[in-house]
Amino acid sequence: MTNSVPFSLWWRRQILPGFGLSLGFTLVYLSLIVLIPLAALFIKASGIGFDGFVRTILSPRVLAAFQLSFSVSFYAALVNIFLGTILAWVLVRYRFPGRRFLDAIVDFPFALPTAVAGIALTAIYSPNGWVGGPVHALTGWKLTFTPLGIFLALIFIGFPFVVRTVQPVLADLNIEFEEAAASLGASRLQTILRIVIPELIPAALTGFTLAFARALGEYGSVVFISGNMPMKTEIVPLLIMMELDQFHYTEATVIAAVMLVVSLILLFLINGLQRWGKLKGEFV
Amino acid sequence: METVSPVPIRHPAIRDPWPVRAVLLIVAIVFAVLFLFIPLLAVFYEAFQKGIPAYLAALGKPASQSAIQLTLLVAAIAVPANLIFGVAASWAIAKFNFPGKTVLISLIDLPFAVSPVTSGLVFVLLFGARGWFGPLLSAWNIKIIFAVPGIVLATIFVTFPFVARELIPLLNSQGSDEEQAALSLGANGWQTFWRITLPKARWGILYGVILCNARAMGEFGAVSVVSGHIRGLTNTIPLHVEVLYNDYDYVGAFAVASLLTLLALFTLLIKALLTWRRAELEQS
Repeated sequence: MTNSVPFSLWWRRQILPGFGLSLGFTLVYLSLIVLIPLAALFIKASGIGFDGFVRTILSPRVLAAFQLSFSVSFYAALVNIFLGTILAWVLVRYRFPGRRFLDAIVDFPFALPTAVAGIALTAIYSPNGWVGGPVHALTGWKLTFTPLGIFLALIFIGFPFVVRTVQPVLADLNIEFEEAAASLGASRLQTILRIVIPELIPAALTGFTLAFARALGEYGSVVFISGNMPMKTEIVPLLIMMELDQFHYTEATVIAAVMLVVSLILLFLINGLQRWGKLKGEFV
Repeated sequence: METVSPVPIRHPAIRDPWPVRAVLLIVAIVFAVLFLFIPLLAVFYEAFQKGIPAYLAALGKPASQSAIQLTLLVAAIAVPANLIFGVAASWAIAKFNFPGKTVLISLIDLPFAVSPVTSGLVFVLLFGARGWFGPLLSAWNIKIIFAVPGIVLATIFVTFPFVARELIPLLNSQGSDEEQAALSLGANGWQTFWRITLPKARWGILYGVILCNARAMGEFGAVSVVSGHIRGLTNTIPLHVEVLYNDYDYVGAFAVASLLTLLALFTLLIKALLTWRRAELEQS
């Protein structure tokens, strides 16, 4: 690491050419496409003043959207921890026909455009759909146009995050620790609880946070299934869209700025969790 | 995100009891059927519900054709732009040490943390009629928002990190010994880059480009904010899916959506082939 070397010295010590050109281009492009537009959002939001900010955020419709988005995203990410870890476990530890195919198709929600996911999920979970039909007949529940539908869509787009963060950790886990525990008389359950699970916690939490962050901002796969009723099934990204459609730019900007701050905090958290996971990995 | 072969479990003491294995496998498979296979099947079932002629007719309509053309145009601008950025950023970051490198890497990932709706909104704030540059643009008679340039900008923003993310770790792991050898043998900077670095990184570049392209063609939320939904002019494929769906033209919506689904499956296939190839290279 040359980080401690004075600037003028390491600049001259570069062997390969093109440092100035590539870094210069990177910084200019990054600033033009990402940094200046995001800064514009904060500058515009701060222009409204404290009173206007509070009035916008504390309006009942905005509060209802925030409550819905945060609670449904949280529950979906929570369920995804379990589903994702089970899928990762099955993919790494068991042999069964179609394992490689299942492994490849886990990324389907990442690859499928959100609008397509939205209409496909709505079609199958609606009361006359392939899955929604039997569920409606048996329990009377309606899955579409309810928070339950939003929850299902967020499970769909979130679970690959948990699978893909837990899977490599599980594959690198040293099997000898489990053998040692077993030979010392631990039951399989004790081994899982005391040896395996603690190793998976940083990765599972990273996957949870990634899925939660994605769910909070998700738009395409939710708008079709949610029905978009204000106060009932209106998520925050949709509310921003509604405000924009009515030319309420300040309101839209303030709500988006709050969501962006939340995303940045989550991003920070994810970085911390990944560092923790790496540290933990080094001792295994 | 790599495919991993199952860990060989030799000893029964560290093997899960068979009821546990059966339950976990069933949970994994039922979940995969409900959330992966049924949505996938539903797209094609709905698209072909009225037969192949209706499917082809839906795709052949002028509005569908112009949506396809616009999507191809947008991807043809956004993907090369982010490819050039990705190559420049990974050259600067992987081949040189400089202060602030970790911050730069985090900033490159930033667009992934931003909600699609917010990604579109920032460009409305900059270039919209009431945005920072709005008066200037209208004086010069340039339209960015509710026009193709806005769609391109929003797409570049949301697909910004894909190529860089693939290439930074790849170039980092390859080191720069071969580049230094080429330079010491008299090659100039560009020759070294074109003949040494680029060929070594070609699979990583291909993978990054394919992921970037899939998202560029499928982006919905960000593009929806800036497009204005002008049929035949500013509707991309995902936006056209929404328009048809809201018009209750389900065959049309799913027919157009099936194109994006095929693109997603193609992306997954390439990804699986590349990871299997990488795994084979590591074994040999």
